Amino acid sequence: MPQRFLTLVLAVIFAAGTARSEAIGDAEAGAGIFEMCSGCHEIGKGAQDAIGPHLNGLFGRPAAAHDGFAYSASMKRAGVDGLVWDLSRLDAYIANPRALVSKTRMSFDGLDDAQERADLLAYLRRFSDNPQNIPEAAPTARGTDHSVAPEILALQGDPEYGEYLSSECVSCHQIDGSANGIPSITHWPEDDFVVAMHAYKAKLRSHPVMQMMAGRLSNEEIAALAAYFGALD
Amino acid sequence: MKLNRRKFIGAGAAAAATLSAPAVLADGHGKPRVVVIGGGAGGATVARYLAKDSKGAIDVTLVEPSRSYFTCFFSNLYIAGFTDLEDISHTYGTLAAKYGINVVHDWAIDVDRAGKTVTLAGGAQLSYDKLILSPGIDFVEDAVPGWSVAAQNVMPHAYKAGSQSELLKAQIAAMPEGGTFAMVAPPNPYRCPPGPYERVSMVAHVLKQINPSAKILVIDPKEKFSKQGLFEEGWQSHYTGMIERIGPDFGGTNVSVNPDDMTIDIDGMVEKVDVCNVIPAQKAGRIADIAGVTDGNWVPVNAADLSTKVDPDVHVLGDAAAQGDMPKSGFAANSQAKVCAMAVRGALTGSKVFPAKFTNTCWSLIDTDDGVKVGATYEATAEKIAKVDGFISQNGEDAATRKATYEESIGWYAGITADMFG
Repeated sequence: MPQRFLTLVLAVIFAAGTARSEAIGDAEAGAGIFEMCSGCHEIGKGAQDAIGPHLNGLFGRPAAAHDGFAYSASMKRAGVDGLVWDLSRLDAYIANPRALVSKTRMSFDGLDDAQERADLLAYLRRFSDNPQNIPEAAPTARGTDHSVAPEILALQGDPEYGEYLSSECVSCHQIDGSANGIPSITHWPEDDFVVAMHAYKAKLRSHPVMQMMAGRLSNEEIAALAAYFGALD
Repeated sequence: MKLNRRKFIGAGAAAAATLSAPAVLADGHGKPRVVVIGGGAGGATVARYLAKDSKGAIDVTLVEPSRSYFTCFFSNLYIAGFTDLEDISHTYGTLAAKYGINVVHDWAIDVDRAGKTVTLAGGAQLSYDKLILSPGIDFVEDAVPGWSVAAQNVMPHAYKAGSQSELLKAQIAAMPEGGTFAMVAPPNPYRCPPGPYERVSMVAHVLKQINPSAKILVIDPKEKFSKQGLFEEGWQSHYTGMIERIGPDFGGTNVSVNPDDMTIDIDGMVEKVDVCNVIPAQKAGRIADIAGVTDGNWVPVNAADLSTKVDPDVHVLGDAAAQGDMPKSGFAANSQAKVCAMAVRGALTGSKVFPAKFTNTCWSLIDTDDGVKVGATYEATAEKIAKVDGFISQNGEDAATRKATYEESIGWYAGITADMFG
């Protein structure tokens, strides 16, 4: 697929994601498309590694990070280089595996149809609601809509205030975006950040520290933090 | 500090004048100057935030005797072999090179609050507009009869990390089969409330592997201690029968030690032990006393900006401060440092000052992949730093939760040390 077209498709997917109420794609249709993959990949309860690694908890995972599977050297290098399986990277990989990981062992030519990829990703996303050991979903994990009121999402945060408030966050979360036991909170789309923080505040997300931290942040303060962390250099 | 009451009132009046017109400072002698004494979780953080956020508008000097700083947090994990000493060692190079902080490796030996100068052991004098003390703790003399700092190489405290941690670890490794490790635990308040009990857990972890018939005896003057239910549950399941704690009802308040023959006397009962880890009662680091800002063992401070009750231009952070509800922890010192930096920067440069928010979380490790945590949020009231909300790990949590908690603590360690040292 020409690069320009891919970019356009991604832009459409992101726009859909930002609208929040719209899913990534049609997961039911994706379940049918997954039959192309199921010869090598298992997914769902009890899934195990087969010819390919199982695909539970895929979203938000660094490439080649699943213990016990013999990845190609190329895939391992991609992981070391920082490739993380978020929505856009997975979309690019499924569109043309070798464009992203040149010597991947996945013998799949690619899926040209953007809608089919979106549907497939929506299906895969169902099995990534709880990334391993980290109760927080990644920013690209658009599986949950916690229905934050539009006027709260529309708040423009004050990044200067966000910078001050952020000093509380970076006692644990790394400002350089690295994630080791504690997830990265930098460069999230602002809306995703706001939705996640309100989900903690409402105790929909489960982490006790984050419930406590978000619990005393006002709507404006959450917007300020989203603005600051979203726009870091 | 030799400062009589009259001199102090004069100093206070002068300080009030400069506070109301911060620009005067800059006109008087170039950039406003902040001297920070102590390069731990409070001092390193406050220096870094002042330098970073003022973008060069404040001249920041950090006085810290050690070139390598060993964090007290995670030093118990070192004793158990979960981390190396190098991994908890940090240097000040980035603070100097990247943030332009003047890092001076020397002891501060005097503070003249009237003249607003600090004297260093090497003879140098540093002038300040604002002085921030983050000196950590010293031990109360004669808190444990028979023990003094001179005995620390026989009966280590290991409550300032580094060579003391190495010594304690070596002593545990050298214990005879079936020997006794004794800990004399401190009375409240002290640095890192769960620290002694995490240490007991980590010592038990080592002994279980290399010396499973050894015993651990904890002599404790306190009725209760931090995360008690969680620790006791963990000790019961991981180290059954190994740990005995003698509380105040059984003589835990009446203990003396004899480093010459390695005995401890618990309420008249003399016991021979193989390792004796004495963690004495604590007080603010000595420079706070020298500066004349202590009241009793600690330094009363105002919650909004961590300024001392007796001098608005001297701020005290972390373990040394009597601030209210926050525990004495590295996390708390780091949190207070950011509030203090914002307030001091506001006073010196006129930058915006936002309402103070404080947080603390303390993780403790009980055994491999068995981590627990306690935390709270705080706000500044007129009287003190007051608790708002909190949480604690629950008894009987599943292994995956405990493992995730431990992994979270590793992430936190990386986060806070980056926040301290850049």
